[in-house]
Amino acid sequence: MQIKLKLFSIAKDLAGFDEKVVEVSQGSVAEDVLESLIRSNAKFVDWKKSLRYAVNLEYVHGDFRLKDGDEVAVIPPVSGG
Amino acid sequence: MVQLTKNRIETEEVLRSVIAPESGAVNVFVGTTRNHSNGRRVTSLEYEAYEPMAVKMMERVVREAQGRWDVSRISVVHRIGKVNIGESSVVIAVSSPHRDEAFQACRFLIDRLKQVVPIWKREFFEDGSSEWSLQSHEQETATQAG
Repeated sequence: MQIKLKLFSIAKDLAGFDEKVVEVSQGSVAEDVLESLIRSNAKFVDWKKSLRYAVNLEYVHGDFRLKDGDEVAVIPPVSGG
Repeated sequence: MVQLTKNRIETEEVLRSVIAPESGAVNVFVGTTRNHSNGRRVTSLEYEAYEPMAVKMMERVVREAQGRWDVSRISVVHRIGKVNIGESSVVIAVSSPHRDEAFQACRFLIDRLKQVVPIWKREFFEDGSSEWSLQSHEQETATQAG
């Protein structure tokens, strides 16, 4: 199945892209997207604990089950205000 | 009014947007951009947002405040894109029948916004380098608790 992956802030810089349609296997969960990001840049390991995930504009836990067509965002620590 | 804007925030306009006949107080919080960060001189800043989610979360934080305090109207406007030093990055206005509720709701709104709204600040330094301002979620929670 396919998901739309969106990256922001430091995650975007580390990966070198801000949006990509990626193929993931059935049964994948939100935090699985990090594994492919780590393969592209090992520095993602350092961020593992501080990244959050959002699916279709809602924060979810890392074990949230993805479905085809989901928009999955990797959310580094926010710093608005 | 809940809004992200690439333009300068007109504080007066945000303030006027919450004035209601039943309100006896308006509280306004203005966040402005600082010229220093961890001892380094900052020359300008840039805010990036996950725009649709940021608006959604700002609206949710507003509803949370409305559920907790007797407030009349709330407006939250956050700047995105490049922002010069000393300009407003966020303006929050709350009107309520009585001042105490307006103060409390306003404080809550800025604190929650900083925790949950997906907006990121990048600081540009004198030497031309830049860095994302990143506080871990855990640290942020601890700071809030402290």
